[in-house]
Amino acid sequence: MADLAVTGPLSFGWRVGMLNRRSVLPGFGLSFGYAVTYLSLIVLVPLAGLMIRSVGMGPAAFWAEIASTRVLAAFRVSFATALAAAAINTVFGLLVAWVLVRYRFPGKRVVDAMVDLPFALPTSVAGIALTTLYSTKGWIGALLVPLGIKVAFTPLGIVLALTFIGLPFVVRTVQPILQDLNIEQEEAAFSLGATRLQTFIRVIFPALLPALMTGFALAFARGLGEYGSVIFIAGNIPRVSEIVPLLIVMQLEQFNYAGATAIATTMLVFSFLLLLMINLLQGWMRRRHG
Amino acid sequence: MKMTSLAGFRRGVAVVAACAALWTTGAQADTTLLNVSYDPTRELYSDINAAFIAHWKAESGETLTINQSHGGSGRQARSVIDGQPADIVTLALAYDIDAIADSGQIAPNWQQRLPDNSTPYTSTIVFVVRKGNPKGIKDWNDLVKPGLDIITPNPKTSGGARWNYLAAYGYALSQPGADDKAAQQFIRKLYKNVSVLDSGARGATISFSQRGLGDVLISWENDAYLAQQEAAADHLEIIYPSVSIRAEPPVSVVDAVVDRRGTRKVAEAYLQFLYTPEAQKIAAKWFYRPRLPEAAAAYPGRFPDVKLLTVDEVFGGWRHAQQVHFADKGVFDQIYDGGK
Amino acid sequence: MGEGLASPRPLGESRTTRLLLIGTALAFLGIFLFVPLVAVFVEALCRGVGVYWSAVTDPYAVSAIRLTLLVAGIAVPLNLSFGVAAAWAVTKFEFTGKSLLVTLIDLPFSVSPVISGMVYILLFGLQGWFGPWLLAHDIQLMFAVPGLVMATMFVTFPFVARELIPLMQEQGTDEEEAAVSLGAGGFQLFWRVTLPNIRWGLLYGVLLCNARAMGEFGAVSVVSGHIRGLTNTMPLHIEILYNEYNLVAAFAVASLLAVLALITLVAKSALEWRYGGELSRGGGS
Repeated sequence: MADLAVTGPLSFGWRVGMLNRRSVLPGFGLSFGYAVTYLSLIVLVPLAGLMIRSVGMGPAAFWAEIASTRVLAAFRVSFATALAAAAINTVFGLLVAWVLVRYRFPGKRVVDAMVDLPFALPTSVAGIALTTLYSTKGWIGALLVPLGIKVAFTPLGIVLALTFIGLPFVVRTVQPILQDLNIEQEEAAFSLGATRLQTFIRVIFPALLPALMTGFALAFARGLGEYGSVIFIAGNIPRVSEIVPLLIVMQLEQFNYAGATAIATTMLVFSFLLLLMINLLQGWMRRRHG
Repeated sequence: MKMTSLAGFRRGVAVVAACAALWTTGAQADTTLLNVSYDPTRELYSDINAAFIAHWKAESGETLTINQSHGGSGRQARSVIDGQPADIVTLALAYDIDAIADSGQIAPNWQQRLPDNSTPYTSTIVFVVRKGNPKGIKDWNDLVKPGLDIITPNPKTSGGARWNYLAAYGYALSQPGADDKAAQQFIRKLYKNVSVLDSGARGATISFSQRGLGDVLISWENDAYLAQQEAAADHLEIIYPSVSIRAEPPVSVVDAVVDRRGTRKVAEAYLQFLYTPEAQKIAAKWFYRPRLPEAAAAYPGRFPDVKLLTVDEVFGGWRHAQQVHFADKGVFDQIYDGGK
Repeated sequence: MGEGLASPRPLGESRTTRLLLIGTALAFLGIFLFVPLVAVFVEALCRGVGVYWSAVTDPYAVSAIRLTLLVAGIAVPLNLSFGVAAAWAVTKFEFTGKSLLVTLIDLPFSVSPVISGMVYILLFGLQGWFGPWLLAHDIQLMFAVPGLVMATMFVTFPFVARELIPLMQEQGTDEEEAAVSLGAGGFQLFWRVTLPNIRWGLLYGVLLCNARAMGEFGAVSVVSGHIRGLTNTMPLHIEILYNEYNLVAAFAVASLLAVLALITLVAKSALEWRYGGELSRGGGS
C-alpha cells in the first residue's frame, strides 16, 4: 500500500496489468482479469458512456447547459453545504476520536460502535428521521423556533443531513493514527515546559493533519453527491436550497437528457479530482506514519 | 487465465438473468396491466382497479392484475420514455403525455381518441388554510401579501404545481387592465412567499398538513379534501378563490407497449371504463370532478361552481404554456434568476 | 479499540477539561446519531404495536422486503466475489497500474448515487444505446429487477474490496508462499491459508455492503418504475408510504432497516472485540 498514489496515475503508461516480477503465488491472471472485467462492466463502461454522451454534445451545448445561473447556483449550494458539513465533521470528528482513544468512560464501546451508524443506516431513513425531528413541529425543531432558527427546509437542513452522512469519515480516519501516535513526543514537549494546549497545537495536531484532511476530503466527497437524505429535508428552492444531484433528477424529469448528462459529467469530474486528492492525502498520511 | 475469469463473470450474469426471469414469469402468470399515474391518484385508482377487475372478469372471464406506479408526473413520464412498460398512462397534464408521444410510443393524435380531450375527470386548484383561516385568505391577491408563507410544489417537476402556477397567472391576467407583464410581476411576488418547493404535490401537502409548515397550501381540489380528511385532529379549511383553472389530467394507452404486449384491447377497455357511471362515481367519491353530472350529484355541495379558466383559452394549449413558462429560462426560471 | 491504550498519563488533561470534552463529544453524537435513530422507532411505534405489525406485514411491505432481499442477495455475493478477486490481485502481486486500479475501485464512493442510476438509464433505457436492441429481444433491464441489481452493485461495489485490501496487505504473502512451497494448489491455498486470516474482515465488509445494498435510495430511485409490489424496494416503499400520509407505516418499514443497521454495528463490534487486532486496521478505510 505504501507506494500507492506516490507514483501518480499518469506514469502507468500502457503496461497496466503486467507483472513486474515473478511471484510464486497462483491466480494473478484469474483474480486480476476477473476484477478488471467486473470493474469495467459495472463501473467504467457506464461512466464512460456518460462521458461519451457529453463529448457528443459538443462544447458549446455542454457549456450552455452548465453555465445557466440555476446550475451554477446549485453547484454553489452543494459545495457550500458539503464544505460546511465536512468542516463540522472535522472539528467534532477529531473531538470524538480523541475522546474515544484517550479517555475512559462508561458506555464507550457502544459509542464507538454508534459512530458507524451513518454507514449502515439507509440515507432515506436518516432523511425522514431528521426532517421529522427538525421541522418546526419536531422534537428539536420546536426548541429552535423561539431562537429564530429554522433547520428543516433551509440550507441549514442540508448541512445537518450531510453532517450526519459524513460523520464517521473523520473519526475513522483519525482514530487509528491517534492510537498509534508516539506518546514520547508529548512527554518530551511536556518536560520542556509546554502547556497541554501548546503540545496539542505543536505536536499532536501536525501529526494528525494528514488524517484530518483525508477525513475531511472523504466527508466532502460523500456530501457532494448525497441525495437520499437531502431531498427530504431541503426546501428545494432554486438558488437557495437546491443541490446538484436533485437538479440532475429534475433535468431528467423535464426530459432534458442533455442537461442531466452535462451536469452529471461535471460532477463526475469533481468526484474524480476529489478521489485523486484523497489518494494523494492518503499517500502522505502513510509516509508520515508508515 | 482471462478466459476463466470471463466464464466466471458469465456465470454471474446467468444467475442474475435466471433470477430476473423467475421473478418476471412469477408476476406475469395472468394478464397484467401497468397504469403509470401521477401522485395524488393512489386512492382513486386503487378503487377503480378493483372495480375494473370485477368488470373485466364478468365481461371476458379473464383474471386481470393491475399494477400501479405513482410519482411526480414528470418523473413518471420520464420512466415511460426510458422504457418503463406502461400499458396506460394517467398523468397530471397533457404535456407529459405529449412528451411520451414525442418519443414515438404514443400516437400524436392521442388526445382526440377519447371523449372530453381524453380527460375522464377534472379537478381544480384551491387553497388549504388552517382552521379559522387566521390569515384571512380569500383570493389570489391575498397570497402576495408580504410575510405570508405559501406551500406549493416545484412547477419544474410537479404537474399539480404547474396547474397552481397557471391558475395564479390566469387570475392575474383576468384582472382589469392587466397584461403579461403585470401577471409576471404578480407571479414573482407570489413565489417570493414560497418557502418550500417540494418536488411533488403529495410532498407539499405533507409539508403543510403533517409538518405544520406554511400559512396556505395551493393544492389540487381532490388532494385538499383528502388532506382535510386525513388531518382530522388538526383541522384544515378549503378556500375557493374567485377564479381558478380547470385542471385536466388526461389518460392514454401507450401504443408501443400495448401492441408489443398484446394488451391493447383490455387497456382500451380500461380507459373506456373510466367514463362509465361506475367509475365516474368513484372519481367523485375521491373528490375528482366527474364528467357525468349524475355522478357529481351524489355529493351535493362538494364541487362548488367556480369560474374556471382553461389552458387552451388563456395559454394557447399545454405545449405553448410549457415553452413560455416552465422550460429552462422560461418565466418561472426568471423569477428565481432576476428576483433576487 | 483496546481499552488498555486509554490509561491515564501524567501529562493528560485536567479532569474538568476531560469531562468537558467527553460531554461535548457525547452531546454531538447524541444529537446527530442517537436522537434520529430513536425517532425512527418512536414514530414507528407511536400508534401501538398492532399498527406497527400490520404496517410491516402489509402485502406491499412484504413484497418490498422480498425484493430488497432478492436484490441484495444477488448484488452482495457478486460484489463479494469481486472484492476477493481484486484484493487478491492487488495485495499478493506487484504490477504496474496497481494504484490506478485501487483508485478506480474507490470511484463509486464519490460518485453521486443519482449518477450511478442515470448512467444505466443512458445505456439500457429505451432512449439509451442498447435500449432498442434490448426491446427487440424483449429484455427488460431498466424498471425491473436487473436494473435495481445493477444500480445496487455500482453503489456497493467498493465495500468488500475496501475492507480486504488493507487487511491482506498487512498480512503479506509469507504464509501463502510457504504453503505453495509445500505444494498447495490455488484453491486450497485460498481456502486453507488466506481465508482463515481474513474471514472476519470479509464478514464485516459483506455486512456493510449488505446494509448499504438494502438501504440504497438515490440510485434505485432512478432505475425503478416504482410499481407497488413489483419494483419497490424497502427505501422506495418508505418514500411512497411517506407520500401517502402514512408516516407511521413509513417509519415502521424504516425501523426494519434501522434494525438491520444496528445488527450490522453490533456484529462489527462483536467481531472487533473478539478479533480486535485483525479488524481495527481495516476500519480506517
